[in-house]
Amino acid sequence: MGNYENAIEIKNVTKTYDGFKLDNISFCVPKGSIMGFIGQNGAGKTTTIRSLLNITSIDSGEIRLLGLDHKKDEIDIKRRLAVVFDELPFHESFNAKNMARIFEGLYPEWDNALFAEYLDRFGLPAKKKIGQFSKGMKMKLQIACALSHNAELLVMDEATTGLDPVVRDEILHIFMEYLRSGERSILMSSHITSDLEKIADCVAFIDNGKILLTGLKDELLESHGILKTSRENAKSIDSSAAVSTRLNSFGAEIMVNDRAAVMQAYPDLVCDPATLDDIMLYYVHKNETGWS
Amino acid sequence: MNINISNASGEPIYLQIVGQVKALILDGTLKEGEMLPSMRNLALELRISFMTTKRAYEELEREGFIESYTGKGSFVKAQNIELFREEQLRQIESLLTQATDKAKSAGVSVDELHEMLDLVNEGE
Repeated sequence: MGNYENAIEIKNVTKTYDGFKLDNISFCVPKGSIMGFIGQNGAGKTTTIRSLLNITSIDSGEIRLLGLDHKKDEIDIKRRLAVVFDELPFHESFNAKNMARIFEGLYPEWDNALFAEYLDRFGLPAKKKIGQFSKGMKMKLQIACALSHNAELLVMDEATTGLDPVVRDEILHIFMEYLRSGERSILMSSHITSDLEKIADCVAFIDNGKILLTGLKDELLESHGILKTSRENAKSIDSSAAVSTRLNSFGAEIMVNDRAAVMQAYPDLVCDPATLDDIMLYYVHKNETGWS
Repeated sequence: MNINISNASGEPIYLQIVGQVKALILDGTLKEGEMLPSMRNLALELRISFMTTKRAYEELEREGFIESYTGKGSFVKAQNIELFREEQLRQIESLLTQATDKAKSAGVSVDELHEMLDLVNEGE
């Protein structure tokens, strides 16, 4: 396994399309960790992932995967990473056994026994046509393929979206098992933050082609909070720690980025812990004075 | 060894782990030299981030409860029970000071405070 600090390093990447711009984005996925990549539909998650994989070529910036250049060393990188898309990219008339034959030829480290084990664990039939699989089965098949060639980096685009909670939980557990050695890393995009809230080590929020916030998940969750107060009182709150303020007819909710200090400064007010969803929401409205 | 994580308590998860491991060491469930679960395993079992368990173990190490060796794991350190007891006493004293200050400002007498303490103890 490679000797590198960050499994993914994205530096000042820009890509302009007609009507959409990936605007100078930067973030890192440290080796051994799960990064949650959070954003609304259309925020730029898939464009970022396609840029990583050099499916989309970027206008400027630098991308390094496994310590290597994403363009120059593309072939080496692609042997050592696995991708799961939200739609099954395999032909519907194949079955799981056919898939194994294809991957065996593509990946030097493909492990048929391990693949059979995952099929068994996921309850997937080896000889049934993929076209007859349910959505959950298709996703599990993609994941089984991704995990069966000793990939150092898993990149997943909305892989758990559309799956029921029981299956999602099972898959999250398998991902954590996969990372146990500390030598493998995962980038997982999702707009379902409850999954990431549990297992992600770090997160990056993207909106409208820009990275709003990135860092260790625990630290972000601990430092942010939602302060509740009246509309009148909201104006007198120290704005240096405020991210944005949400107003309703009966009061104001202010997201703050230094919960401990705010609780000390306003001991009479309630300051609730924030979820990843809350953080996303308040940062999306960051430049608005009082939104509802 | 039992560790329960609450998502509703508002207390950071790493601190919940620190508190519970400490309690297990002090009540003798975890003995000196005993190996703790690996950080990865604990994260996997509790379904939390590895960074969280890592932070908890680092804190436990910093406070002198465990020792970690790269590649070998983390172990319960010999505890200086006396020192710990002293520390606990200091904390209790400071909490009691808070209570008496509050009592003074509210005009509650020392006798009433004694009575309250007895009542609280009986209630437990």
